[in-house]
Amino acid sequence: VTSTEDAAAAGDAGSAAGHRFESGARVAELLRGVGYLPDAKIATVVHLGDRLGKPVLVEGPAGTGKTELAKSVAAMTGARLIRLQCYEGMDEAKALYEWDYRKQLLAIQLHTADAGSLFAEDFLLTRPLLEAIRATEPVVLLVDEVDRLDVEAEALLLEVLSDYQVSIPELGTVSARQVPMVFLTSNGSRELSEALKRRCLYLHIDYPAVEREREIVLARVPGISAALATQLAQVIRSLRLLDLKKRPSVSETLDWARTLLVLGADRIDSELIEATMPVLLKNQADIELALKKLGDQAR
Amino acid sequence: VIAAVEGLVAELRLVGIPVSASEYIDALSALRFVDLGDRTAVKTAIGAAVVKDAQHESAYSTVFDLYFAGRSLDRADGGAADQDAGPDPGNQGGPGGQPSGPGDGGGGVLDSVDDDSLTRLLLTALEANDPALLRALAAAVVTRYAGMEPGRPVAGTYYLYRAMRAVAPDRLPARLLAAAPDNGDDGLARMLLTEEYERRVADFQREVEAEIRRRLVADRGAADVARTLRRPLPEDAGFLTGSAAQIAQLRDTVQPLARKLAARLAYRQRHRRRGPLDFRRTVRESMSTGGVPMTPVFRPPRPAKPELVILADISGSVSNFAVFTLHLTYALRTEFTRVRSFVFVDTVDEVTEILAGADNIAAATAEINARGCGVWLDGHSDYGNSLRSFRERYGDQLRSRSTVLVLGDARTNYHAPGAEALKELSRRAGHLFWLNPESYSAWDSGDSVISQYAPFCDAVFECRNIRQLRAFIEQLG
Repeated sequence: VTSTEDAAAAGDAGSAAGHRFESGARVAELLRGVGYLPDAKIATVVHLGDRLGKPVLVEGPAGTGKTELAKSVAAMTGARLIRLQCYEGMDEAKALYEWDYRKQLLAIQLHTADAGSLFAEDFLLTRPLLEAIRATEPVVLLVDEVDRLDVEAEALLLEVLSDYQVSIPELGTVSARQVPMVFLTSNGSRELSEALKRRCLYLHIDYPAVEREREIVLARVPGISAALATQLAQVIRSLRLLDLKKRPSVSETLDWARTLLVLGADRIDSELIEATMPVLLKNQADIELALKKLGDQAR
Repeated sequence: VIAAVEGLVAELRLVGIPVSASEYIDALSALRFVDLGDRTAVKTAIGAAVVKDAQHESAYSTVFDLYFAGRSLDRADGGAADQDAGPDPGNQGGPGGQPSGPGDGGGGVLDSVDDDSLTRLLLTALEANDPALLRALAAAVVTRYAGMEPGRPVAGTYYLYRAMRAVAPDRLPARLLAAAPDNGDDGLARMLLTEEYERRVADFQREVEAEIRRRLVADRGAADVARTLRRPLPEDAGFLTGSAAQIAQLRDTVQPLARKLAARLAYRQRHRRRGPLDFRRTVRESMSTGGVPMTPVFRPPRPAKPELVILADISGSVSNFAVFTLHLTYALRTEFTRVRSFVFVDTVDEVTEILAGADNIAAATAEINARGCGVWLDGHSDYGNSLRSFRERYGDQLRSRSTVLVLGDARTNYHAPGAEALKELSRRAGHLFWLNPESYSAWDSGDSVISQYAPFCDAVFECRNIRQLRAFIEQLG
């Protein structure tokens, strides 16, 4: 794994597999095929991320389909999705690799290993980042909620993201055999470091426009009528204009659409909204605010 | 293309968006993979490579429109830049998709119709939401009403005002609604429709704005227009000088900053203190050295529970800053185990309960105003009395682990500064920081007495915008 040949091989493989898609339009088409409706911006950036071999940092409010995007890209390319869920206090033993010391101890007791061979691949436990690097088949690496990492732990990612390699002191450098597609997601709860941002392409996903949200509803909730979907998307947009603590996310829109379907509604009126509001808003103050607005308007 | 990107990047740096050399290279290599004729794709490609902060995107968008306004990159606007204040540039790509317009011959037709039919046409276009026609109409509106004069070094705000005044955008949604077929007494449907029309009108206004910029660029060149258009980024917007809308925008930035401030203060205290001697473990440890306690063992320090005391000036002279201060205080409330908030104008009042009880910041602000917190006599700032009353009423509650944060401009209307009260507070509290929203050059001018307070503070910081607040928090660690 360590030799320069491998690095060269990785380079070859990288250039061969470097362009999975011809254009942004093709990406959009493929994503639609797996049920994700991208706008032009998302498709273009995904295409560029692949072409330039750069990670894509996806930022935006919760529930706008950041994680879903990575999953869909994996689905459409038939690649394996390797997911690294970040949390506070995560260290390299959880993100990169770890030595399996129990196995090492056993090996010493059985005298099957001398000191030199203790640090061989047999004793290496791969964690998501290393696994993505060593994979021979195409993979999509998703580093989820990277803003939860401590600033110090962010540095763990840097080598992987810029050079697609991992340095293990005992083994040497492990380089990628093929350039994986990498997605990082962030809810913006903290400023990410400049070093990390510099290595990525940036994609900000906001709440979708009315037309796109309508399409998403139509695609994801089979059996819903076009008129209902239009009205639904408009109501959601109207709610997002309010100064809410938590604005309704796309997934909540879908939940709501399904609720309406179950209730057998064919058009939305104030009473229906009032009754089903808890599906959309999960905070009493928000619900009151929204009901007040609807009440004012309906008079 | 390289020249255009170079100008773009230089302008972005001037505005204050950091663009590193490697990001610049990324932007150029990204362009190899997109269709250069597709304006949005080019915009997205460069944006993804150089703009790494959602708050900077609107600034980027403006600058991009300037530098790529009249280039042949954009087919739809192709001819626009080459013409001066001549006939009507934007129309050339436009009229193809007119559904019901009176003419389909080209720009000249739109110019020759009278005002009423232009308005009617606009209504039709808004109703049908036809982008091509709207773009053509934007150009027509600019030609007709904006009265642009070549060579004048302006940012175009006035032109926009004139053009839009003629169209009367406030009335358009209502007129559209009146003409809409489904106009029953369904309140909800009407509301949704109104919002939809408002959005379309806002889009149209943006189109007009873009058209004006295109013509300004054609007239004076991108770099020159960029200079007149330059606006501060959200994080550079001054607390005192920024508009209310800008301050409101800052709200999203405040939450992470509050968290960071909390973390920094806790960190600081954790590092400074060392726990007391752990006698039992020291003796246990000494067994290995024959009962001689060679290495003393200390208890781990108790987890830090920083206590934050915020003293915020909410007088009229810093009203914008006060809005921001309350946001910050409100955000801090969720991060600190103990945060006590006080507001003052000419006396001091505790608002911890009000902030804790309110569901959102708007309700809290209303409550504070309703109760007249911080006001004693006439509602003019009096730092001396405020500090003295704080010392008398709450001074004995300050501990060495309290950090006091004073937010205010130290303009005390020529009342006695009461620095001795601050000295007393500073002695009791662990730390005392003063954040002043005024520019450093204005300190000690007029009725500002900041230098009399400064000796008793751990530090006084100029804190005019988010960037400086961030710098303050950074240096705490």
